[in-house]
Amino acid sequence: MLVATNLTKEYLSGSSRLAVLKNVSFTIPQGAFVAIVGPSGSGKTTLLGLLAGLDIPSAGTVSLDGVDLPRLTEDERAKLRGEKVGFIFQSFQLIPTLTAIENVQVPLELRGDPGAAGRALELMDRVGLADRADHFPAQLSGGEQQRVAIARAFSNAPRILFADEPTGNLDGETGERIVALLEALNRESGSTIVLVTHEMPLAERASRLIRLKDGDVVEDRSR
Amino acid sequence: MSRWSSIAGLAWRESRTARRRLLLYMSSISLGVAALVAIDSIASNVQSSVREQSRSLMGGDVSFSANQKFPEKPRKILDSLSANGTPVANVVTFVSMALAERSGITRLTQVRGVSANYPPFGEVVTEPPGLWARLQEGQYALVSPATLISLDARIGDTLSIGYSKFVLIGAAATVPGDPGLASAIGPRLFIAEKFVPETQLLGFGSRASYESLVRLPDGTVSEKWVALLRPKFQNENVRVVTVAQREQNLSETIGQLADFLGIVGLIALLLGGIGVASGVNAFVIRKIDTVAVLRCLGATSGQVLAIYVAQAAAMGFLGAALGVGLGIAIQFALPVAVKDYLPLDVHVRLVPGAIALGLGIGVWVALLFALRPLLALRRVSPLQALRRDAEALELQRRKDIPSHVVNIALLGSVVGLAIMRADGWRRGALFAAGIGASLLLLWGSAALLSTVARRVVTARWPYVVRQGVANLYRPANQTHSVVLALGFGAFLVSTLYLVQANLLKQFDITAAASKGNLILFDIQEDQRAGLDSIVASQGQRALGSSPIVTMKITTINGRTIDKWAAATGIPARHWALQREYRSTFRDSLVPTEKIIAGKWIGAAHLADSLSEVSLEKDVATELHVKVGSAITWDVQGIPVKTKVTSLREVNWARFEPNFFAVFEPRALASAPKQFVMVAAVASDTTIARIQRLTVARYPNVSSVDLSMVRRTVGQIIGRVSMAVRFLALFSLAMAIPVLFSAVAATRRDRLREGVLLKTLGATRAQIGRILLAEYALLGALGALTGMLLSFGGAWGLVHFVFSGTFSPALLPAAMIALAMMILAVSIGLATGREVFRETPMAALREV
Repeated sequence: MLVATNLTKEYLSGSSRLAVLKNVSFTIPQGAFVAIVGPSGSGKTTLLGLLAGLDIPSAGTVSLDGVDLPRLTEDERAKLRGEKVGFIFQSFQLIPTLTAIENVQVPLELRGDPGAAGRALELMDRVGLADRADHFPAQLSGGEQQRVAIARAFSNAPRILFADEPTGNLDGETGERIVALLEALNRESGSTIVLVTHEMPLAERASRLIRLKDGDVVEDRSR
Repeated sequence: MSRWSSIAGLAWRESRTARRRLLLYMSSISLGVAALVAIDSIASNVQSSVREQSRSLMGGDVSFSANQKFPEKPRKILDSLSANGTPVANVVTFVSMALAERSGITRLTQVRGVSANYPPFGEVVTEPPGLWARLQEGQYALVSPATLISLDARIGDTLSIGYSKFVLIGAAATVPGDPGLASAIGPRLFIAEKFVPETQLLGFGSRASYESLVRLPDGTVSEKWVALLRPKFQNENVRVVTVAQREQNLSETIGQLADFLGIVGLIALLLGGIGVASGVNAFVIRKIDTVAVLRCLGATSGQVLAIYVAQAAAMGFLGAALGVGLGIAIQFALPVAVKDYLPLDVHVRLVPGAIALGLGIGVWVALLFALRPLLALRRVSPLQALRRDAEALELQRRKDIPSHVVNIALLGSVVGLAIMRADGWRRGALFAAGIGASLLLLWGSAALLSTVARRVVTARWPYVVRQGVANLYRPANQTHSVVLALGFGAFLVSTLYLVQANLLKQFDITAAASKGNLILFDIQEDQRAGLDSIVASQGQRALGSSPIVTMKITTINGRTIDKWAAATGIPARHWALQREYRSTFRDSLVPTEKIIAGKWIGAAHLADSLSEVSLEKDVATELHVKVGSAITWDVQGIPVKTKVTSLREVNWARFEPNFFAVFEPRALASAPKQFVMVAAVASDTTIARIQRLTVARYPNVSSVDLSMVRRTVGQIIGRVSMAVRFLALFSLAMAIPVLFSAVAATRRDRLREGVLLKTLGATRAQIGRILLAEYALLGALGALTGMLLSFGGAWGLVHFVFSGTFSPALLPAAMIALAMMILAVSIGLATGREVFRETPMAALREV
């Protein structure tokens, strides 16, 4: 379960403080599929960064399965991410010097998991890219790269998965297949999915929608 | 599979595309490592060869030597040793003209009269073989191979030496106790000791050295053996040197030379370190995105650092290993190249210690310099994976405790390495301070350039110039790294050149300033007129002659030399106290000297029993005497009391007769004396004719053809110049990878900007001009600062190390600066070539 309480994030802009997020609070139960939407500059990505422990709030807290993220050090948060969190990025963010399967192995290897190779191959098969396992990211299409990223995100069996505009760099048809894959994996693994997007058709497929505007939650509805 | 072995595997796989680039950066240290390995290995090889061959080098285990015939007591001791079965061999060495009668060529040679069992240790190699023993059978002579050529002599020719004639039977290629280097420079002639009197050259006033070499039974410790004898030779003016002492002296000399060269190697390594730091900085910038992703996926800062330190360590190891390979190649090639100039056969062997040390120092320097930029990777925020943030760069620059620890380790390592290589903490600390000051100055001038560029750029300037100059101060500029790398390279190259030019210039001036080109010496008083007429008969003129009187010091300020030594702390056997002085007398100064303290002869009014003497300043320092000191001299048995009334600075480099002590004429006018004469002779053939006539009429008179000496010295200097040029080229070669690394640090920024400009309509020529403006300014500043620094460095070396006068060679230094500038521009433009090659779309995608 992910709990955000009075989350505030401010940046210094010259001599004044600019609030990007203002007192945002909500709870996301385990296994939920939540979409965070809002126009550009509404604070979506900032919120995602705070929820995933990539950044620390100016005020307020985020708690993942009872662990208060802002109280942890950067390295403790990194370890927690390695154990419980998965990521999918708009620009895929595969490591260009590693092959597809090696990219999938990374989170497991960081933990020293001895079964990394087997699990990675299994996931490559699950995303339909077993035959492309030894290709480098530059040799794959955008859709294939994102499927590898999904396999990587699920490699550590995350309790929660954050997806930042996962279809933003893909054409409609490919994007549709990616979302379907995400939904399927969500059902199979029971992971929570927090999806940030500005594409309403995609957001509408989530079980809950949180809308941001100028750093405030202006809508929070479940389907 | 443990977590760390997984990290090692990940590090290896992640380095796939970066290995070549990392290796290029790390190769900056290769030349420095090569220099260290080569120098240490060669020094070790030479030292172990000295140990193995020390008995052959000396020709025996203990050497007893004197500048006169051994007094009775030492002679008896040596005779009794010989009578008891200990091999004792004798050699008497003196200088004489040798005339090859068939060719008519004369040469000043060092004649060595050897006893039958000389040398007691080692083998003599003659050409044809087996001739050494024949020397004792009659008036036969062997010469060094170079002498055979210079006399244009053949086997069977007659050689005139003094008042006697010897038949040339061959060449002596290797003679233990007479190193090859010495015989290559000074012609050698060997005859039997028993025929030396026939030459009639060892009479009054002649200079000869006498040596007895003793061979001890194998396993005898020469130092222990000689300890019993030393007291008996004290006060007999006989030097006693053991093979162990000789070995130690040689080892120390080699060690000092290795230390000096090691400093050059260390500078190379540190310059390489700067290259590594610049290159790895570029590498770090490229890795920010990957690190951000790794952080998102759960990598801790320690894991991230471990991944990239492992990569840097592996490539640093390879870079150092490359250097080791190159060093070993030099180690094997160099002794072959300089074989003729080495006093011994150097057995080339791999030296594991030198290899391990070079490798260790190389990896350590590479890692330490790489660690500085790599530490920044710990602070890459995972947020970077979500969106590029300007804060990321700032975060990298923030200093924390590990950064300070690395900085302190860097500083400590530089000082530690300098102390280790400079053989002494004081010299090492000074050297490290010098490097630090140079780097600080370069850094300061780079900062100044950035500031000035920011202030002077105005909108009136053409766009391409404005843009190029603006590159010098904008964020992520490369001003500091390029100026540092280029300036340090220019500093090294230019310093080496300036030192060489100054030393050679000094030689040119002195050689040109000498009016005479033929010096005749060992002239008896009654031979002066005859020699004048020989010179005049060839239409030439003698420029003058100086009397020479041999003497020794007996007391200084009323104390015997032993007591004076004890009172002043000079070693009792110090050369200045013990030497045989060859002094002159005159009442005027000559052009090669000037008074630096006191007044020249004639100003003091002393009692009749006291005479004035002027001393050369360095010998006065060695003797601990000053103006006003009293010195008593033993002039061939007659005590001559003097007072030091002046000190002179003497230009010894000029080929003119110069003296440590110059007396007022009345002090020595009646003393037994010889003369040295200087003549100005028009041509080489006339010189040869005068030498021939002189040898024929006065066989005891020796002469030196200064034109030939100048040519020989010129050749030696030519070789030194070549070595210096090699060092300069070495420095230049070193600067190239370092510059590449420095420029690489901002390659991506240049590429991004160039491509954007192309997209916006800039032509290739315009982008080229922007890059040209930037690199020309960087090159000019780096090269000029390096040049200015080199004036300081070269002045220090010429002034303090070579005791010379420094004059800046502006034009050549400017040429070096220009070359470095061109190098910077070429490397800059070469790096920017991708901008020209890529289409805007393709490049933008890559960026």
